[in-house]
Amino acid sequence: MSYSTTEMMAVAAARALANEDICFVGIGTPSLACNLARLMHAPEITLIYESGTIETKPDVLPLSIGDPELCETALTTVSVPEMFQYWLQGGRISVGFLGGAQLDKFANINSSVIGNYERPKVRLPGGGGAPEIAASCNQTFVVMAQSRRTFVERVDFITSFGFGEGGDHRQRLGIRTQGPTLVITDLCLMRPDPPTKELVVVSMHEGISREEITQKTGWPVRFSESLAQTLPPSENELKVLRDLQTRTNRAHGGK
Amino acid sequence: MTEFLSLRDAIAAYVHDSSTVALEGFTHLIPFAAGHEIIRQQKRDLTLIRMTPDLIYDQLIGMGCVRKLVFSWGGNPGVGSLHRFRDAVENGWPHPLEIEEHSHAAMANAYAAGAAGLPCAIFRGYAGSDLVGVNSSIRFITCPFTGEQLAAVPAITPDLAIIHAQRADKSGNVLIEGITGVQKEVVLAAKRAVVTVEELVEDLRAPSSNSTVLPHWTVNAIVEAPGGARPSYAHGYYRRDNAFYTDWDTIARDRSTFQLWMQEHVLDSHHPVKFAG
Repeated sequence: MSYSTTEMMAVAAARALANEDICFVGIGTPSLACNLARLMHAPEITLIYESGTIETKPDVLPLSIGDPELCETALTTVSVPEMFQYWLQGGRISVGFLGGAQLDKFANINSSVIGNYERPKVRLPGGGGAPEIAASCNQTFVVMAQSRRTFVERVDFITSFGFGEGGDHRQRLGIRTQGPTLVITDLCLMRPDPPTKELVVVSMHEGISREEITQKTGWPVRFSESLAQTLPPSENELKVLRDLQTRTNRAHGGK
Repeated sequence: MTEFLSLRDAIAAYVHDSSTVALEGFTHLIPFAAGHEIIRQQKRDLTLIRMTPDLIYDQLIGMGCVRKLVFSWGGNPGVGSLHRFRDAVENGWPHPLEIEEHSHAAMANAYAAGAAGLPCAIFRGYAGSDLVGVNSSIRFITCPFTGEQLAAVPAITPDLAIIHAQRADKSGNVLIEGITGVQKEVVLAAKRAVVTVEELVEDLRAPSSNSTVLPHWTVNAIVEAPGGARPSYAHGYYRRDNAFYTDWDTIARDRSTFQLWMQEHVLDSHHPVKFAG
């Protein structure tokens, strides 16, 4: 069965989630991944969206972070200050999802500007919840399509701190959480090398070569000695994912 | 005394050129009708505050009402960029826009501090972020008890808060349901507050003792504006028009397409904009 790169990313991210996880979900592929996990192997997973909805079980994916579907299917909905104070800052989230326009080899993320901050070439939407998601969740998963433009040696601007300059930089800043433990791209999975915290390729997706990954990474990327092959999406994973997408497209006005 | 005004009179009386205004709403209950009236009355040099400036702020910026924007995420949710916001920052069109960029946690805490009458908000945030270097409002303090370094930002205390809610009763008490965002905080933090509502009712019908209710004496003016949050939504009244949010990307991308749309749907129309759904 053929599948798209977005489907591969969503499936790979879903597989990394467990029933016990309490997830801070972002819109887009993370939302797809978290709901796929809930509909597959992790029916009890707790999904939290920053708009305040706790234990939400949407039947269709939200377009925005605060769609009515999220509130209507949530156990409870709290205010946004409460969400950031008690639930995120309070250390109750096990996995947070992040993405952005640029990522560097120490998993720092830029979602603010391309180019100079004062006179940017591209003004991006900004970090939103990300700077504190990056520091307050026990660990974060980054989901991003990979290219030389997006996976860069140094990000133009650190919106959300990953491992800074590597090593124990997080600890030196007083951050007590693990940080980005997994990067899911359309080509591969990366994890931080334990001592240096530089991202290394740990698994390549079906049909992807080392050369392609090297060519689409803006730093001299290293491969793990125990490099694995990512299992392609199963027929069942694809069926559940596509049913969810079909329901979503119908609900959002047939687009 | 809470005033009951028409939308036109409320905006004329409460929104002043060069003042600081927060039209809040976290994807839900966004006060579109009020924003459109600000555009029609050609208010100028506003400092606008909002965690998630979306389409209505894109419109206010593109129509030249805004001098400065304080925000934490300025995009079209699930769709992409706000093209008028980008054009203002990148090219200074229709004129340059000053920005003060925060994170959500910072702004949510700053609103709560404003509501609590504190000068600043203290929270665990901004660790390692370059936002610290570009926004002089972000500082750090040391906890006197544990020695932990914590972020601090000034409380947000706008001249005026504008929110949209489900309903108000004849005294002016306001009920908000669903995703309540920072609406309670912004009303309590602001010097004055205007609330547009779906309907005015005899009895508020608050569904629970713990419902989010703003007492009438915290609100200066109530405006009945049915459909006033479209194309966002009002929980219990109408759904979010997700298709319009997607269409906005095309409308706003080009300056002249944007201006034509605004002329037809906002400037030439004194009724709430009709959206599908």
